[in-house]
Amino acid sequence: MSLIHRYQSNGYNIVLDINSGCIHLVDLVTYEVLPFMEEGLSEQEIVDRLKDQYPEADIRTSVSECGKLKEQGMLFTRDVYENIIEEFTENRQTVVKALCLHIAHDCNLACRYCFAEEGEYHGRRALMSFEVGKKALDFLIANSGSRKNLEVDFFGGEPLMNWQVVKDLVAYGREQEKLHNKKFRFTLTTNGVLLNDEVMEFCNKEMGNVVLSVDGRKEVHDYMRPFRKGAGSYDLIIPKFRKFAESRNQDKYYVRGTFTHHNLDFSKDVLHLADLGFKQISVEPVVAADTEEYAIREEDIPKIKEEYDALAKEMIAREKAGKGFNFFHFMIDLTGGPCVYKRLSGCGSGTEYLAVTPWGDFYPCHQFVGEEQFLMGNVDKGITRPEIRDQFGKCNVYTKEACKDCFARFYCSGGCAANAYHFQKDINGNYGIGCELQRKRVECAIMIKAALAE
Amino acid sequence: MEHIKTLNTKNLQNTVKKGGCGECQTSCQSACKTSCTVGNQSCENK
Repeated sequence: MSLIHRYQSNGYNIVLDINSGCIHLVDLVTYEVLPFMEEGLSEQEIVDRLKDQYPEADIRTSVSECGKLKEQGMLFTRDVYENIIEEFTENRQTVVKALCLHIAHDCNLACRYCFAEEGEYHGRRALMSFEVGKKALDFLIANSGSRKNLEVDFFGGEPLMNWQVVKDLVAYGREQEKLHNKKFRFTLTTNGVLLNDEVMEFCNKEMGNVVLSVDGRKEVHDYMRPFRKGAGSYDLIIPKFRKFAESRNQDKYYVRGTFTHHNLDFSKDVLHLADLGFKQISVEPVVAADTEEYAIREEDIPKIKEEYDALAKEMIAREKAGKGFNFFHFMIDLTGGPCVYKRLSGCGSGTEYLAVTPWGDFYPCHQFVGEEQFLMGNVDKGITRPEIRDQFGKCNVYTKEACKDCFARFYCSGGCAANAYHFQKDINGNYGIGCELQRKRVECAIMIKAALAE
Repeated sequence: MEHIKTLNTKNLQNTVKKGGCGECQTSCQSACKTSCTVGNQSCENK
């Protein structure tokens, strides 16, 4: 496959050197020169091919500049990571550093697209007891090796339906972290129905991040996120979310929405949230079987790509006008960002990251909860099926056929194992629509950086 | 350079030697829960 990804967006000619991560903005002559260089043509041969379109002197200086970048390891860089990552995944000590605690398998909303099936995850309604939660935190500390930073997400269902246990577990975690030289980072994901001042105050003190579920415009939100009797939840939650975001100084939170086949014009929902004053926004495509009426379909992809382009342009305009906001899926760190091991070895589900059910069972992640073949153990016995952990541990970009030729493989790290499993019955598979949209988002994210660098 | 403007000089290959400490955030803990995005995450070991 090509060692570069070339594309044109919003008037920019962008070249991503896939394996080094270097990004170059080039003029048109260079944009045309590059494929010939990669083919191995000589300077004279390239001149012969392009001299009818561009001045010869320009072609020659372009070839020379490309040659210099290649010598510096910034262009046509080869993929040298495959052996390294194999060695890394074989030899690394398996430690757990993050848990998703299913504090409540119950919910006060009945969102149509919920993968937890109104909070119940193919099972029964249940709340996690303090005892189970405490054992989960003990397990995390005991299995985290030398990792200092440990993450715990209070998830559901709706975790505020079991709020006292959340508070008690935070207190327990704070006590234990001192004893074991660890640092807990707590996150709460909530639909906002039970959010109040006391919850906000506690979270502002203790939660490193809060995820506030809202889909955007009132009609969009209320259609997909109704109460069980059918009324919409928008009017109840929005004032509380705005207050919460302000009280966190517009930082360390996300308003997090889902778009579906019913609102393919989702850029309007993102901008609606921005217009409400939110600065940290994530609105993501629903992941659902194609039998669901709200599922994203292949034929929706062109429209969704247009929306991403429109959103990217609007974000640039707002940023330049001093009214910018963050959109999670367009965030990309070109100066720092994760190391290549992180980029290749995926999200850590089943190894570094586990989900814990209200009764203390372990699953590779929240999206596998309730799928019994993935039950890995529990808080009393620990990991009883290490073969599942090993299977997830071996999963990386190079074990996935679809990733080998994809320019975005260092940005999604092989994609979501649960999505791959649900669409292809194989955690080493891929979810094609998700991949296509991921590639588009990476292109937009880079283009935004290019525009703001001017 | 006349034809090329490079946006970033950070090279992924340079992270091979020093990377892999594992202190960074787990991908799904940030916001998404339905996809896998790592390109936007921060390194804890700069």
